[in-house]
Amino acid sequence: MATTSHEPTTTRADPEGISGAAVRRGDRTFLGLSTGAGLLVLVVMAAIAVFLVWKAIPSIQADSANFFTEGQWLPDSDPPAFGIAVLLFGTLWTSIIALIIAVPIGYGIALFIAFYAQRRLASTLAFIVDLLAAVPSIIFGLWGLYNFMPYVVPFSQWLSEYLGFIPIFANSQELWTKSILMAGLVLAIMILPTVSAISREVFVQVPRMHVEAALALGATRWEMIRMAVFPFSRPGMISAAMLGLGRALGETIAVALILSAAFEINWAITEPGGNSFAANIALKWGEAGEVGRSALIASGLVLFFITLVVNMSARWVIARRKDFSGAN
Amino acid sequence: MTDLSGLRSGAPVPDTTPHSGPVTSSEAPPPNAGGRQNRGDSADSLHLTGNRLPRWAPWVIAAGAIILGLLVQVTGITVVGLAPGFVAAFAFLLVQTATSWTVEGRRHATDRLATTLIYTTFVLALVPLLWILITVIAKGLSVFSPEFFTSTMRNVNPRAEGGGIAHAFLGTLEQVGIAALIAVPIGVLAAVYLVEFGKGRFAYWISFFVDVMTGIPSIVAGLFIYTALILTGVLEQSGLAAGLALAILMLPVIVRATEEMLRIVPNELREGALALGVPKWKVILRIVIPTAISGIITGVMLAVARVAGETAPLLLVTFLAQDMNPNPATGSQASLPTFVWDQISRGTPASIDRAWGGALALILFVLVMYAGARIIAKIYSPKAR
Repeated sequence: MATTSHEPTTTRADPEGISGAAVRRGDRTFLGLSTGAGLLVLVVMAAIAVFLVWKAIPSIQADSANFFTEGQWLPDSDPPAFGIAVLLFGTLWTSIIALIIAVPIGYGIALFIAFYAQRRLASTLAFIVDLLAAVPSIIFGLWGLYNFMPYVVPFSQWLSEYLGFIPIFANSQELWTKSILMAGLVLAIMILPTVSAISREVFVQVPRMHVEAALALGATRWEMIRMAVFPFSRPGMISAAMLGLGRALGETIAVALILSAAFEINWAITEPGGNSFAANIALKWGEAGEVGRSALIASGLVLFFITLVVNMSARWVIARRKDFSGAN
Repeated sequence: MTDLSGLRSGAPVPDTTPHSGPVTSSEAPPPNAGGRQNRGDSADSLHLTGNRLPRWAPWVIAAGAIILGLLVQVTGITVVGLAPGFVAAFAFLLVQTATSWTVEGRRHATDRLATTLIYTTFVLALVPLLWILITVIAKGLSVFSPEFFTSTMRNVNPRAEGGGIAHAFLGTLEQVGIAALIAVPIGVLAAVYLVEFGKGRFAYWISFFVDVMTGIPSIVAGLFIYTALILTGVLEQSGLAAGLALAILMLPVIVRATEEMLRIVPNELREGALALGVPKWKVILRIVIPTAISGIITGVMLAVARVAGETAPLLLVTFLAQDMNPNPATGSQASLPTFVWDQISRGTPASIDRAWGGALALILFVLVMYAGARIIAKIYSPKAR
């Protein structure tokens, strides 16, 4: 870091500054303010959990069905009957598909930028990939709905024609649009920058000596990556995938636009089926009554805890290497 | 890494130029040949490198693959229903790997395959980015007009053309502004705590939960503001509530960005000031933060860009307004993302066009923030002397 001399005048000690009382008062105020700000982070996290639980309880008490296994979502009927089974299924299934697609590609991009691209270009290329993270999710939804879907439909038809003997690719409904696969593909594009940015951060920290030693021993570039890079960066790569999963789980608007709100558990990925927590909240919010909103809050609470667990485990995995962070 | 890649890219030394006799210790091999010296399977000790494909080989294979693809395109013969582009791509991978395997052996075949796939992943990332940008620009520009920026959706029939985003743009500016006003001071102070004061378990947990907080789904932030402030009657559904929800999403991003910047302020500056008797709070306010200010501003702008596109929380805490509402504290207020959402859900051709226009306005806003962040980082970053 370069040395800068901002505000050289402040080093002229002012008389009242060095006198004990003023110093201590100023320092104490500042320590209090900044500690309070830090504490606020913890308070907000706790408050989110507390308020969601508090407002979710009325609907869970009113629920005539089992909250965890019930498939339908009729919180405003009498008696209310709703459960998160379909939402849990849809959220996890779309996110897993997104992860299967995005993780290898994300690692590939990170490897490309770290080891294959020219040094001078690397930061620009990284910036371009990060731009993908800057695209608002509503635009992914709009583009997915009107521009991407016409290409996914023939792909789904191809999958079901040639790989239809595998149950998850079969399509018996002849409904191709707004499928689980569609949602998974768009989610994959959306989490790509997360996965690649974090794994890139880890890859560039692989000790140069390991890399050069491998190459000097005659390893090809791929062997170098397998023998020097991957073992060093495994925790970071796992954590990158989990943080990507965290983003996919909570994605709302894009999924709300491109996943049909079919309230059933359907493993066939080329057909509509399932729904996601976040998309369900966004779509049902406007028309929901009092119990309905409370039920949606309950489902949001479940989503909050799932993402909390995923994110905390990701942080825990990477905690060994302290310098990485997901905020970018 | 690039300096070493010469070992590989320069490796295909023609086999027809054997070195005279085994290399003695005094006679260093030319740098290009050294990298492959250990390939034992070439048994012939005269060869310092194994067999390599000539440089032009991948290009020839690629050309062949493209011709194959064109043939598929022209003749209409499909191979298991694949599009011509995919046929060409698979043919290239297959032929290159097979050729390389026979000529160069398994290790180099794997290396070539991996290299090709890794280059492909990068192209795969660029495709959606360019596709989205070009689509949004092309479709958005067709509805851009002076009227689009100056009028609202008041009394505009969803089926009719016209109307504009003035109300939504104002709403986005106000809501993001409120979010920044709340999140920036708190975020910067929290980062100051973590860097300058924080030690032990308390700081560890704050740091941990800041990280975890970056992963909160945006809709949960909306639910939180709704349950904590709207259901309890503190606020009505309004632009202010939207701003608060965005502030929750902004806070961890700002803490992290500021923390990173404060950590790279050299300790000598702090120690120098402290040694001169400057109280610690003054050191932070007058030395540490000014030194890191460009990075902090960059982080703030990136955080603004990130939350400006959030739709989900806004749908929960404010209604979709069609009219200008400059007061964020009362009444519903539109914003660019909710404007786009509203127009999509109306589903008429005219409203979809407006949605694209709103999307372009939104993406321009975000990109201006990104570009601004880059420029500020470049201009004000401490100069190396």
